[in-house]
Amino acid sequence: MAALYDRYSSIVYSVALRVLGDTGAAEDVLQEVFMQLWRNPAAFDSGRGNLAPWLAVIARNRAIDQIRKRPTMTDIEDVVISIEPDMAGEAARSVAMEKVRGTLGNMPAAQRTALEMAYFEGLSHTEIAEKTGEPLGTIKTRIRSGLLSLRKAFSPAT
Amino acid sequence: MAAHEQFGEDLALHALGALDGGEKASLEAHLQECAACRRELDCLRGDMALMALSAAGPKPPARSRLRLLEAVAREPRQLAVRTSSVRRGWWRMLPMLTSAAAAILIIVILGKMTDLRNQLVSVQNQSVETQVELQRAKEITATLTAPDAVRVTLVAAKTPPQPQGKAIYVKDRASLIFIASNFGSLPADKAYELWIIPTQGNPIPAGVFKPDAHGSGTIINPPIPSNVEAKAFAITVEPESGSSAPTSTPIMLGAGG
Repeated sequence: MAALYDRYSSIVYSVALRVLGDTGAAEDVLQEVFMQLWRNPAAFDSGRGNLAPWLAVIARNRAIDQIRKRPTMTDIEDVVISIEPDMAGEAARSVAMEKVRGTLGNMPAAQRTALEMAYFEGLSHTEIAEKTGEPLGTIKTRIRSGLLSLRKAFSPAT
Repeated sequence: MAAHEQFGEDLALHALGALDGGEKASLEAHLQECAACRRELDCLRGDMALMALSAAGPKPPARSRLRLLEAVAREPRQLAVRTSSVRRGWWRMLPMLTSAAAAILIIVILGKMTDLRNQLVSVQNQSVETQVELQRAKEITATLTAPDAVRVTLVAAKTPPQPQGKAIYVKDRASLIFIASNFGSLPADKAYELWIIPTQGNPIPAGVFKPDAHGSGTIINPPIPSNVEAKAFAITVEPESGSSAPTSTPIMLGAGG
């Protein structure tokens, strides 16, 4: 468990901190995510993705549950991730991180904002539409297009 | 495909947890029967995970690592134990082995305790038997030596009482009991002395006594050597303090065994 922590704690903590904006709360999420992995390691299906993005998704969802003040919505066994880039190594993650930041930086601001509001603030498309004053359909399209842009950035053709 | 297109945007929102209301319920119903949309949802979650990288950078404080490892140490992982049972190392069986060893030790200790308890009971029984025998011996001795004991020697009718002595001797124990009856009285400075006549060697003094008013007397276990083969027993009249060798002719004589 110590080895897993040393390898993946940074990505888990950083995403939780970005969502929660509080170091103590982020530490709690970090603890909770790794304890869930310890209690139920079979929940992670290594045949369908690597551990880093899986932990990142779990951490993000837990953090969102906290800021939304709602009970845990997602069972970790239900989280299945299909992702191409290898995020296990520090170097690979660093490369992927630069690529993600570059892709987000190249997005239209409205699209990036909608995506970040959904991802880091846990807002529903209705809430985003209300906050931005944009139509629901537009928000839906921006979010989906933003995620597909990230996927495209990591597709083998690029 | 029309259905997939319909749900395409909702899938992205659903991956983010940003879908709500009736649209969420409708999509989840569709996912139950659409493998293609489930696969797309998995891919969208992967895309979502990439978003986490944009926040990467901050490191957790060192105390978080310690906190986690302490929590892990306090909470055994049941699944790991179950799945690794085939290749279980001896150290994983240590608690079980320790329990088994403790159980065996307890059984051994209980067995030893049972043995000791049985030995104690045996010793106690022997002690009781010894006490009973000792009590009987004391009673016999008390009866034989009691000053108020009535000693009667039965003889043929119309026969006057004759002096009589009975010696009971066990050479291995060097134990000798002599009972006298109908002995005549002696001068104050004289006493009767019992002798063991061995098969070899000189007579061995075996105690002195003065008869009571009824002519009775006893000698109980006088100081004599052990394993002396007695050819006969004899009574002489000796000085009151006794003699180391007979100084007079025996007045009574009886052959040994």
